[in-house]
Amino acid sequence: MAGTIEAEASVGRMPLRAVPTAVWAGVLGVLLVASVIISVTIGPAALSPADVLSSVLSHLGIGRSSLSPLRDGIVWELRMPRVLTAAAVGAGLALSGAIMQAVTRNPLADPYLLGLSSGASVGAVVVVVLGWTIVLPLAAFAGALAALAVTLTLAGAVSRITPTRTVLAGLAVSSVFGAVTSLIIFWSATGDSYREILNWLLGSLAGARWPAVAIAGGALVVFGIPLLGSARSLDAFAFGDASAAALGVNVDRTRWLLLGGVALLTGAMVSVSGAIGFVGLILPHAVRLITGPGHRALLPLSALAGAIFLVWADTGARTLFDPRELPVGILTALVGGPVFALLLLRSRRLS
Amino acid sequence: MSLDLTRVRFARAGRLIIDDVDCTVPAGALSALVGPNGAGKSTLLHLIAAIERTDGGAIDFDGASLAALRRRDRARIVAVAEQQSDTELDLSVHDVVMLGRTPHLGALAGPSPADRVIVRGSLTATGVGDLEERRFSSLSGGERQRVVLARALAQQPGLLLADEPTNHLDIRAQLSALALLAELARGGITVLAALHDLGHAAAYADHVIVLAAGRVVAAGRPSEVLAPELIQRVYGVRAAVLAHPLTGRPLLAFADTSDASPPSPAATLPSEGNRSAV
Repeated sequence: MAGTIEAEASVGRMPLRAVPTAVWAGVLGVLLVASVIISVTIGPAALSPADVLSSVLSHLGIGRSSLSPLRDGIVWELRMPRVLTAAAVGAGLALSGAIMQAVTRNPLADPYLLGLSSGASVGAVVVVVLGWTIVLPLAAFAGALAALAVTLTLAGAVSRITPTRTVLAGLAVSSVFGAVTSLIIFWSATGDSYREILNWLLGSLAGARWPAVAIAGGALVVFGIPLLGSARSLDAFAFGDASAAALGVNVDRTRWLLLGGVALLTGAMVSVSGAIGFVGLILPHAVRLITGPGHRALLPLSALAGAIFLVWADTGARTLFDPRELPVGILTALVGGPVFALLLLRSRRLS
Repeated sequence: MSLDLTRVRFARAGRLIIDDVDCTVPAGALSALVGPNGAGKSTLLHLIAAIERTDGGAIDFDGASLAALRRRDRARIVAVAEQQSDTELDLSVHDVVMLGRTPHLGALAGPSPADRVIVRGSLTATGVGDLEERRFSSLSGGERQRVVLARALAQQPGLLLADEPTNHLDIRAQLSALALLAELARGGITVLAALHDLGHAAAYADHVIVLAAGRVVAAGRPSEVLAPELIQRVYGVRAAVLAHPLTGRPLLAFADTSDASPPSPAATLPSEGNRSAV
């Protein structure tokens, strides 16, 4: 009898989460830097990590590059900005996903829940069809913000904004904007523009150069870092809105600020990479399995893990079927789907 | 440190839910807020904790207006133990109780050793010190209620509001939850608990406030307030007040109004349904 009770107690015991967040952050930080350097060496032109370091240092004004101008260009003009964009986008999407899951109290939430990706798609498809691809990031960002505005208006129109209303409003907006995208493609896309649109809809980092690094990295610094500071408020939402309010959190203001911040961050990411799926859904869950649900660890570690994941996913996308390039969104979905199914099977508590 | 409500009003969708409530919740005592379903008990607790905003009137604790405080400062004074608290997150009992430290912590700083000591102390005070490492989701209803109370204590409040603290608990857990609230009140915290069960109010409360249709219809000592006439008027049932054979406190017996004739001795089976004694 006593044995049964003890067994039950040990089943209920928490797994050891003794490893401090700082250690995890250090390990993941080192892994990220290593991933960036190694992934730049991978590709048709053979480069060593030393080549990469030498090129990077020379461009930072330290020493001279030992590489030929052509090979130096491959490192600094092609691969490095693409890898850094992947890292920034992965970090931004994973961070956004972790926050969305907390704000909507919905484990299936991802950064695109508010209709952001479908709004961005409308913007992007319109300019591609018109042939104005130079303003694509701007149009995608504007589309994302338009979708967000409609979703939040819908969610907050009748009374205060709640998790369920937010999710449902996002679904409605996504389906309408998705239909508009399909309509435009069906009506006016041809050959080249069709391929370009498909590339963008699936999510791709193929065109990422230094301006993309500036947009994604800048958004990560400007919106991502303040979002990291919301961890304590997010924790307080664990038992619902009333409980958070009783713990001193301004529930309505916090929810609006977080949804707005996530939307701006995600909108910037989508504008440079298209709608890359599954990073924002899976990575927070994977990190949660290791660190537990506390957001002070979850938010920064999700960002780091998302960066590492997307760097490698994009490396796979551009090299696996060389010389053909795969939109990275196909790869993240291909990896993310089964991983997510595995998580669902493992976790009895998600039911 | 008493809680004083003066002409508190709250309307939603044009309907007055709390209608000019005046009452005093005495310091360092367990006060029971009772009343039929829909009387406004939970709403009144939410108004006191400023989870909802009043449409008029004043709520003062220890002589100072609670509405005038900043949210964080108010959360250091008023704590709420919600009914049926639950979370989808995989939190340990320690994590849950540490949430009570939220109003005392900065946005970025982690909990200090002092916070951990307070968390442990709160768990010990509610009698569940041995559960700290357990998953919250693995606990029984009674254990959860105690952990939620520990979270409220970790806020180090002067005023504790408990919404139906005995809901869905077995009889032993119900009585021990009430005894715990009474003990906390004796320790100096002003406790206001919304209770469904008049018998619990009679057995444990020092002070009873009766709410009906958003108005206070009676307040005072349980033995004075919980009289058959009042119960008949507020709940529409017949009641008799007896002396509890084990504790000597008031014991209430109820019967619905259709059951006009006194029962024959052969029919007094406890399973009769419309009669119950608490």
